[in-house]
Amino acid sequence: MEIIDKNKGKRIVIDPISRVEGHGKVTLLLDENNRLQEARLHIVEFRGFEKFIEGRPYEEVAVIVQRLCGICPVSHHLAAAKAIDQLVGVNQLSPTAEKIRRLLHYGQVLQSHALHFFYLSSPDLLFGFETDLHRRNIIEVIKDFPDIGRQGIQLRKFGQDIIQAISGKKIHGVVAVPGGINRSLDIPQRDALRAQLPDILKKSKKAVAIARDLYLSNIDIHKNFGFIESSFLSLVDSKGALELYDGNIRIKDKAGKIFKDQLDDNRYFDYIQEEVRSWSYMKFPFLSELGIEKGWYRVGPLARVNNCAFISTPLAEQARKEFIQFHHGLAQAPLAYHWARMIELLHCAEQIENLLQDEDITGNELVVKGCPQEEGIGVIEAPRGTLFHHYKINEEGLIQKANLIVSTTQNNQAMNDSVREVAREYIDGQEITEGALNQIEVAIRAYDPCLSCATHAMGKMPLKVELFDHNGELLDTKIKSSV
Amino acid sequence: MPQTINIDKQNIPFSEGQSIIEAAEQAGVYIPHLCHKAGYKAHGSCRLCTVTVNGRWVSACTEPAEAHQQVENNTRELQSQRRAIVQLLFAEGNHHCPFCEKSGNCQLQAVAYSLDMHDTHFAHQLPQRSLDASHPDVLLDRDRCIQCELCVRASQEYDKKNVFALSGRGPSTQLIINSESGKLKDSQINKNDEAIKVCPTGALMNRSKPFSIPIGQRQFDKIPIDQQNTCVPDTTEAST
Ligand code: SF4
Repeated sequence: MEIIDKNKGKRIVIDPISRVEGHGKVTLLLDENNRLQEARLHIVEFRGFEKFIEGRPYEEVAVIVQRLCGICPVSHHLAAAKAIDQLVGVNQLSPTAEKIRRLLHYGQVLQSHALHFFYLSSPDLLFGFETDLHRRNIIEVIKDFPDIGRQGIQLRKFGQDIIQAISGKKIHGVVAVPGGINRSLDIPQRDALRAQLPDILKKSKKAVAIARDLYLSNIDIHKNFGFIESSFLSLVDSKGALELYDGNIRIKDKAGKIFKDQLDDNRYFDYIQEEVRSWSYMKFPFLSELGIEKGWYRVGPLARVNNCAFISTPLAEQARKEFIQFHHGLAQAPLAYHWARMIELLHCAEQIENLLQDEDITGNELVVKGCPQEEGIGVIEAPRGTLFHHYKINEEGLIQKANLIVSTTQNNQAMNDSVREVAREYIDGQEITEGALNQIEVAIRAYDPCLSCATHAMGKMPLKVELFDHNGELLDTKIKSSV
Repeated sequence: MPQTINIDKQNIPFSEGQSIIEAAEQAGVYIPHLCHKAGYKAHGSCRLCTVTVNGRWVSACTEPAEAHQQVENNTRELQSQRRAIVQLLFAEGNHHCPFCEKSGNCQLQAVAYSLDMHDTHFAHQLPQRSLDASHPDVLLDRDRCIQCELCVRASQEYDKKNVFALSGRGPSTQLIINSESGKLKDSQINKNDEAIKVCPTGALMNRSKPFSIPIGQRQFDKIPIDQQNTCVPDTTEAST
């Protein structure tokens, strides 16, 4: 942490932010009276995937882009694969391919949600936001709450087991190929996963109860913590049900009314734009129709559970009803993300159970052929929210243009605003306590941001370079504009 | 009584006209190599199969086996020299195993693992090399080419086509295509050609079924190259 006097105002920097995926920085700008003027979440990592896949053969892309992330590589693999299916002219996969990809996706969401809730966030919720930093980690959770700690580890492991069984590796495996998959499950693998199901379903159900109870245990603080109001964007199926793999876009406004429904996700560029700001590598997406100021929105578990009319699996649907009833139709509190996240985890466990009973997952029809096209778009609900992959290729099948809008990016404005709200509440003048520092991190962490994923673009961000001498005198400034 | 050579204190029979590496392969003794393949004319360019014969350094693929040769193969010094050669190959090309389709079926990668190579050690040269994706079924990614000329030999000797050649000198050496445009699409290449199957890296690939071999079923996923019966990877499955 550093505190810098800058002109008349003061700047407080929190760097780095811990227990989020990647590296970010927060700057709080105070006015002359030491009141909070502005809060900024800076993303200081730089990745550049959109640029360096240019010129590569399309068939490699689903394997390259999953390297964006070590937490949700499967989501990138599958979003890219869906786009590549379009490039090879396939609109409908074989039942085996579709179900194997879905099974993989549910395994991925389950393991990512378990990781985030139990490993990254439960220490804050169980020990309290102001508890000594050294206590707030999964090791201490295992010591003090062994059942909860073990539960998190087992749930995550089950998700990883599914990923490994299908894609060959726990991280960065390969299964999706143009128009399908390269293998289905064999019977022993399927049976080994099936055997774990009763325990996993029990633990998933309990995970919802833990998240709910922790949220309600301190409801007065939790419901107002970093509170902001926004609209929500997510995929739903044709009947409005929660859909994680393939659907159409629904947007609800901040009052909970459906603002847009069943938008074609392949036309995302008609209604979503991205703004670039000089101080962050992460862009700011917004709904074109509402403009930069009013058009920002949230994605992820809270958006999905808020947006859907129902969940197709019974246990998760029951949990959703309780969640929605408690929030009178729409939850806006950032900490409610955790509860929603565990409802989704339960849904994934139920979906995995359904798929493991389905004969198609051991089928042989793996790949479908089609008539190649020059453009492909793949949209999926990744653990952290809606993920867009868009590619254009030339006549040789080499990538000409790529556009990725990742989940964390779409929560960018919301994270900045939640940080501002928390800082207003907990930062007093230039005093910044360890507890207050973590309050800010807790607000960011609620969104489960993946800062590595969010900074994949290259060549588009404005860059400001300043040259100082040893006395701190500014010698030169160069600004590279964003256009 | 057959004549023998001695490799690392083991007597190995050979027949007249065999090279040291051929005799070794026949006896199931692994000598690391990249530009050599059984049934192909010796090339002697990669130097990975360097052994000592009666104390003298020679390449096992070009040195004829002769009775009573005392050959040292699996020594610390030779393995360390071989590791340095493979590190140089990685440093002077652009080999990105994490997204290369050949990963797991790649002889360069497998040799690197068997030589216990953990990094490239030498600074990456990051050469600018072009990709030829003009053919619908065959991809040439020069970034991954180690200039072993196996494809050149296969195209001439097996496919009877003469599609490939090396051109240029030193760092600017590159694989060129024998066609009017210099592109694969105007050459005589076919996706089933031996020239594609023989490539020890992901430089020449059949494009028609990308990533179709699952992880776990690739040639070197389970058994390291130095413990596989044949020293010559069968890439048929990988590239068809
Ligand atoms: S393309 Fe493959 S076979 Fe041909 S020279 Fe390069 S590495 Fe050797």
